[in-house]
Amino acid sequence: MRSMPLRRTLGWGLHYGILGLYLVFALFPLFWLVKVSVTPNDLLYSEGVRLWPSRANLEHYASVVTHTDFPLFFRNSVVVSTATAIFSTCCAAAGGYAFSRFSFGGKFWIVGLMLVTQMFPLVMIIAPIFRLLGPLGLTNSLTGLVIVYTAFNVPFATFLMQSFFDAIPRELEEAAMIDGETRFGALLRIILPLTLPGLAATLGFVFTAAWSELLFALMLNSSTAASTFPVGLLSFVSKFSVDFGQMMAAGVLALIPVCGFFFLIQRYLVQGLTAGAVKG
Amino acid sequence: MSAIEILGVRKDFGSVPVLRGIDLAIAPGEFVVLVGPSGCGKSTLLRLIAGLEDLSAGEIRIGGRKVDDLPPKDRDLAMVFQSYALYPHMTVRGNMSYSLKLRRTPAEKIADTVKRAAVKLGLLGLLDRKPRALSGGQRQRVAMGRAIVRAPKAFLFDEPLSNLDARLREQMRFEIRKLHRDLGATSIYVTHDQIEAMTMADRIVAMNEGTIQQVGTPQDLYDNPANTFVAGFIGSPAMNFVDGMATFGQAATELAIGTERFARLPAMRMPGSADPPRDGRVIVGLRPERIAIAETGAGAIVDLVEPTGLGSVVHLDLAGQPVKLFTTDRRPLAVGEHISLRVAAEDVLLFDRNTGLRLRAAG
Amino acid sequence: MTTLDAAGPRPAGAALRRLRIAVEPYLYTLPAVFLIAAIMLVPLVIGLSYAFRDITLLDPTSGGFVGLDHFRDLAADGNFWNALNNTVLWTAASVLLQFFLGLGLALLLNRPFPGRGPIQALVFLPWAVPSFLSGLNWAWLFNPVVGPIPHWLFALGLMGAPDNILSDPRHALWGPIVANVWWGVPFFAITLLAALQSIPDDIYEAAAIDGAGAVERFRSTTVPFLAPTIAITVLLRTVWIANFADLIVVMTRGGPADSTQILASYIFTQAFQRLDFGYASAIAAVLLVLLLAYAMTVLVLRRALVRRM
Repeated sequence: MRSMPLRRTLGWGLHYGILGLYLVFALFPLFWLVKVSVTPNDLLYSEGVRLWPSRANLEHYASVVTHTDFPLFFRNSVVVSTATAIFSTCCAAAGGYAFSRFSFGGKFWIVGLMLVTQMFPLVMIIAPIFRLLGPLGLTNSLTGLVIVYTAFNVPFATFLMQSFFDAIPRELEEAAMIDGETRFGALLRIILPLTLPGLAATLGFVFTAAWSELLFALMLNSSTAASTFPVGLLSFVSKFSVDFGQMMAAGVLALIPVCGFFFLIQRYLVQGLTAGAVKG
Repeated sequence: MSAIEILGVRKDFGSVPVLRGIDLAIAPGEFVVLVGPSGCGKSTLLRLIAGLEDLSAGEIRIGGRKVDDLPPKDRDLAMVFQSYALYPHMTVRGNMSYSLKLRRTPAEKIADTVKRAAVKLGLLGLLDRKPRALSGGQRQRVAMGRAIVRAPKAFLFDEPLSNLDARLREQMRFEIRKLHRDLGATSIYVTHDQIEAMTMADRIVAMNEGTIQQVGTPQDLYDNPANTFVAGFIGSPAMNFVDGMATFGQAATELAIGTERFARLPAMRMPGSADPPRDGRVIVGLRPERIAIAETGAGAIVDLVEPTGLGSVVHLDLAGQPVKLFTTDRRPLAVGEHISLRVAAEDVLLFDRNTGLRLRAAG
Repeated sequence: MTTLDAAGPRPAGAALRRLRIAVEPYLYTLPAVFLIAAIMLVPLVIGLSYAFRDITLLDPTSGGFVGLDHFRDLAADGNFWNALNNTVLWTAASVLLQFFLGLGLALLLNRPFPGRGPIQALVFLPWAVPSFLSGLNWAWLFNPVVGPIPHWLFALGLMGAPDNILSDPRHALWGPIVANVWWGVPFFAITLLAALQSIPDDIYEAAAIDGAGAVERFRSTTVPFLAPTIAITVLLRTVWIANFADLIVVMTRGGPADSTQILASYIFTQAFQRLDFGYASAIAAVLLVLLLAYAMTVLVLRRALVRRM
């Protein structure tokens, strides 16, 4: 018994120690990104491996914002990601509700369809989609990207929304229907307000996914006007292959929206996945 | 005209039949209790009446009007759920006014109706609270308040007291009954608890395995059960069933339990037959509270005595079969003691071994 | 509503209502299904058809049916087999590392402790970083000009000189693997954490009362409970990672000397550098078949295991 407190202290020490390692592993690359972005050019190579430059400033950020197309790319990404998040969540909420509340013949096939689409190489359909959207004027366009991204994200978003709906008892909409609501009215006024965390989590997840997408953004448009920031950043890399400071500053800027969003909603993601698991 | 008529209703879930043909007529203002074990179909029937499920066959009429094709919102019914199903993000007032708002009732009328209902249910001080700040009993009352403000054609109750503790359940039973007396509204109440059924119902509908076993007043079902299911389900402690040998004569029936002669009963007929049944083994039903300890009678050995305060439940061995007896007699009994039992002829019920149907006296 | 009698318009009304009820779920799923079918299913079928046709984007005379030609070329193509090997290595290493690190993290986060909230949010942060940015970031970390890693490895004696491992054909694949693991651990951690938290406490208590120590409780209680989640998650992620070309395209473009080329990135370069969509689609078709076979195997195994339990 006397060794118990010691063992427990050791246990917690190990616990926090290993978590600390994970934290360092997770955060160090981001820290490095920030570090280089604030290192002035003249110190970049001479002080390459220091943990923090002797003189830090924001000159790279200034030049990224004022001298490059970066603000345009950033804006395009915001537009595309937000639109995708909203449309995906709407479709996913409707579909997820159906999966949660109804049992119907087509369910198996629709779920199967969604699973299959998660499994094949997306590179494979770049060409057909290009040929599909081209004649419709949807290449080199943000709208085209939104449509494609929404389709990609709906399956997982639907699964997420379904597990959030599963956590809400059916009786609530039944009571509402007896009180005088139609099913859709009950969904809108009673059930959805209760799934706000779920909606937030789904919106955040899709936003993050759309923000990060590279290949289709690269392939479906060749003009700067419609480029999202991943494309912009990549072109930076090839054009300014020695201007690391500017590139990293651009990278940090691009991280801020997604990291912020994700920080806020990750708790709900775990909650939602747990709730779904419990209900089976 | 009946308030609610259920005609030939069947319901299958996929290939599983849950209701196998239900016919029932409920009079206006009646408090009808659907009672039966889990899975008997009582909740399904309630949900069919509410419109939350679809009929597989048959018809349901409310106030003489066929409602099969009407969605729940058009049937003018109110329902109290087992889990109360209160809207968590609205206050008590919000919960109770919701249906009236949906019908575009003027705000003044809503406030007035809600207030009167709140007074009736003792909820006046709680109107601005949210459901999570209420106790189980309070939530129960809000659920009822939500139903009352609608002044519906009928109230449907789906095991509303199952989630409450015993003491609260007793109290709520009384309050629901009182409310029914005040409002005079037709009510259909589903429960698996036969005590609730007995104390609350004008008429009881006993159900088992998707069919109606018997419909009648509580006293009817207690005194004249139609079969072994109803006999065993109604009454607490439950009825004893023992095997006996019966000789059916034209004028009388001789019943023996074990090797001893047990009782002499009137002549019996199978239901729907003019002749006495064949001699042989029968099921004998004896209510524990109807068996008396006497000076002489059938012999039994005491096995275990359970005092309940009011009296005792005495477990006996009657010719090798276990029988329970309930007595308020304070006489101390020892385990292994031999006692004699006496039962009045009308309290000995005979049931056919194959069908479970009750054999009734001829004439 | 008027009063209807028994023999009145019942058949029509009833049929209509039944139809409406049957159709309702499909109406809710319609937007999702339509989008997926139009944007993913149809192109998939078209893409598969390209595998049997000659589709080179700049050649106006292309488009003819060539049967199994592409597949024959594929079988003889050394780059294809190289990419296949790399795909297996890439997928196995990424999945195993992500899984075990993710499981460890989930176990550490499972019980509440002071500071869990912010620590959890911080440790999941890599998932929010766009995948290709993760690639770029690690590329910079491995670059001796601006990154510390080559210098540390040299100082620890693990490298002869502070070189960029991404330029070394023998070790280059590990660069993208590390970036992938860094980025992907949170996904496993989140899913496994959710699964762990859905295990009711009383099962652990029962096991503890029965005398099981921590390791034994893990083995006999946690693992069986987690097994279904593990199976599906690993399956989905394996398939996804096998298809994941972004990191490699961004970090090494498949080089040096094709040492980091996986099937997915090979498809990409064939399609968009050589503009030979037909050949690229053939490779993609093979990849798809392999992945389907893998998925089938896992599902069959899982069913067999579940039945045994």
